[in-house]
Amino acid sequence: MQKMPKWADIVLIPLINLFLAFIISGFVIWSIGKDPFAALNTMIEGAFGSTNGWGYTLYYTTNFIFTGLAVAVAFQARQFNIGGEGQAAIGGLGVALMCLMIDWPHWALALPVAIVGGAVFGAAWAFIPAYLQAKRGSHIVITTIMFNFIAAALLGFLLNGALKAPGMAAESPGFPEGATLPTFHDMLAPLGIEFSRHAPANISFLVALLCAFLVWILIWHTRLGYAIRSYGRSETAAKYAGISPTKIIIVSMLISGGLAGLMAVNVTMGEAERLVLNSVEGAGFIGIAVALMGRSHPVGVVLAALLFGFLYQGGAELSLWEGIPRELVIVIQALVILFTGALDNMVRNPVERMFLKLRKGA
Amino acid sequence: MNSAIDTGRQETAAPAIELRGISKAFGPVQANKDISISVAKGAIHGIVGENGAGKSTLMSILYGFYKADAGEIHISGQKTAIPDSQAAIRAGIGMVHQHFKLVENFSVLENVILGAEDGPLLRPSLTKARKILTELAAEYELNVDPDEIVENLSVGHQQRVEILKALYRHADILILDEPTGVLTPAEADHLFRILRNLKNEGKTVILITHKLREIMDVTDTVSVMRRGEMKGTIKTVDTSPEDLAERMVGRKVLLQVDKAPATPGENVLEINNLSVIDDQGVQRVKGISLNVRAGEILGIAGVSGNGQSELLEVLGGYQTATGTISVNGQEIDLTGKFSDGQSRRNRGIAHVPEDRHREGLILDFSAWENTALGYHNAPEYNKGALLMDNAAIKADTEAKMERFDVRPPNPRLAAKNFSGGNQQKIVLAREIERNPDLLMIGQPTRGVDIGAIEFIHQQIVALRDQGKAILLVSVELEEILSLSDRVAVMFDGNIMGERQASETNEKELGLLMAGMNEEAN
Repeated sequence: MQKMPKWADIVLIPLINLFLAFIISGFVIWSIGKDPFAALNTMIEGAFGSTNGWGYTLYYTTNFIFTGLAVAVAFQARQFNIGGEGQAAIGGLGVALMCLMIDWPHWALALPVAIVGGAVFGAAWAFIPAYLQAKRGSHIVITTIMFNFIAAALLGFLLNGALKAPGMAAESPGFPEGATLPTFHDMLAPLGIEFSRHAPANISFLVALLCAFLVWILIWHTRLGYAIRSYGRSETAAKYAGISPTKIIIVSMLISGGLAGLMAVNVTMGEAERLVLNSVEGAGFIGIAVALMGRSHPVGVVLAALLFGFLYQGGAELSLWEGIPRELVIVIQALVILFTGALDNMVRNPVERMFLKLRKGA
Repeated sequence: MNSAIDTGRQETAAPAIELRGISKAFGPVQANKDISISVAKGAIHGIVGENGAGKSTLMSILYGFYKADAGEIHISGQKTAIPDSQAAIRAGIGMVHQHFKLVENFSVLENVILGAEDGPLLRPSLTKARKILTELAAEYELNVDPDEIVENLSVGHQQRVEILKALYRHADILILDEPTGVLTPAEADHLFRILRNLKNEGKTVILITHKLREIMDVTDTVSVMRRGEMKGTIKTVDTSPEDLAERMVGRKVLLQVDKAPATPGENVLEINNLSVIDDQGVQRVKGISLNVRAGEILGIAGVSGNGQSELLEVLGGYQTATGTISVNGQEIDLTGKFSDGQSRRNRGIAHVPEDRHREGLILDFSAWENTALGYHNAPEYNKGALLMDNAAIKADTEAKMERFDVRPPNPRLAAKNFSGGNQQKIVLAREIERNPDLLMIGQPTRGVDIGAIEFIHQQIVALRDQGKAILLVSVELEEILSLSDRVAVMFDGNIMGERQASETNEKELGLLMAGMNEEAN
């Protein structure tokens, strides 16, 4: 028996969760003596009020789509990939190496190579924990967390040594001119649409959307996706069906790591145009919240990524214009994660009961 | 319902238990609907009903696990509130659960006093319990060594510990939930002797079971439940298994399997010297040899946990083994690259697993996704190198659901939303319609309503008559005897013997299931 309609499950409940998170955030802002409505207005204005705002929001969204998809694919195989942070960092290394490898004549040639570089490096970083989980039973949560630290240390080592550009900063040399990705400004100008020149959103956003589509095809329309979902929902039934757990764990984690690594295309190639320390900036962890809220479905992931992009960009505006400390912005983001992820059942159960009552009455 | 109260009033004393108008709903499901029942003191009262009829809910209310939405409980004529199991124990109610609630590494004595200690020091309680246990053992044939560690006891003895626990707490009313599911026939007989002894001492016994034979053998009165409602209470002498089945299902059912004698052909399955050592290093199957011929049903009888499950797992390709297995004269890989479910299916082996919730189905998947389970590589379910043809699977599922009368016939509904019988039909349809040479079926009717059992048995016999080989594993001896052409009995990883089904009986098989020996007390 269906407890409630699908639209309530997918749309209504996240919206109620979000609404509750914003109400509490409002109280928090009010308690430090600021006007919550003005703050909300600033956030919305800052994130969506101008093409510059949009440019930043979509830039962050792009990151979260990649890391959210990464976590979602692993979730489908019931693997908890906490290592998006490290996989994205190592993906950055792959992207940087590809971009620096030759003096690229045109971005259209550099982009596919960089995509492969980022994906392969990210996947390779996920492979080791995946192999240890599949063959040795080492818990993937523990190993992927540890690999985040190893990745950070490795990048620190390389950016202070082999890859370091001349100068003070721990960063690689700038990428060649031909590896510069077109921004939204560049892409929309020929269409006669004026888009902010300074916003970092670039063609990687389209790559992210393409990846979301491909993940949807993979999970719901291929044999591999079927096997991944089977294993994720019932290991015993998957074994009965002749699906190899080892293969599924490793393959799903490779795809997951590859998606996380692709985030570097946006950050390293699209924005910084050089490899810098800590370029991921927590997006790997936000990906977990995005996948949870998006219920491990690509459409949900894209929408949740947009929400978190808005929170990031709007939050930055908040600390800039309203004098609300950055830490409080993190509180707001945490509240959203808390309500959409951890406290989901708090809203779900009453809503389910309400629908049951309605049905009985009908 | 009036008749129930009448039986109560005919007794001189107040009934041991009287439930009046008990109702309980879980969300939209009305598990118990205005149930009234009365059980006389010193009676053995059976409660029968299909899965989901509300028997367990009713007993859980009586034992304080659930709170009824409405209704009253009267114990020995006194209106009694039972908010928790402590209150139930105080009211003199003891419960023996289907899955025992024992501390496995405690001794019998320690288990008996657990939660009923007299003081902070254990010694006095243990001494007292030892004395009481000795008395109870003599009185009711409840012999168990009080110092034995529970995990070393047989299942039958563990069950006696549960009964002793209840009696130690001065239970006058004993509820047993599906007590014979894990027992050999001899152990079950002993249990029934104990129950009769309890009755003779004036205790009241409530027996919940789906085995109609047991109801007929041991109870005085029986209540039938269907879909949360009490469909009446009758004296056992006034009824018959057929009558009870009809009351349970609401229509006439065929309890006997209707089949012609088998005409077996060539060997399809040959097993030679097969041994299985499980992940814990325990040898589960000890060098068995078996064969199944085309057009024949070989039933494997045995109490659960004697190696049958491992045998099915090996044949299904997800357990390694030593020895040889041949299908249609060709050996199959038992340890290497081709010992997986896909290779087995390619060799014409289909498998309806024992536990459909764990293995046969993915409960969160829809019916159509489950129809592809194990066959997701089949050409007709795919288009091109990469993509699955979901529309084709849905259409195929719809057709299979139609042929196997799965209700509701909606391929998009999640497997968990079907009843047990319909879930089993989804699995059967998937496996049988692959037209396998060998079909393995574990517990074909476990948790399946009587109406569906009839249908499932017919399908199995029909497949046999098409000349297929069928390996049937069931812990229900009745089912083994009525379906199989030949019966092999497994005990402790060995084949204890093989019989023609037409030339044996429950008694003989029961002895083999217990390892040949007369029951050891």
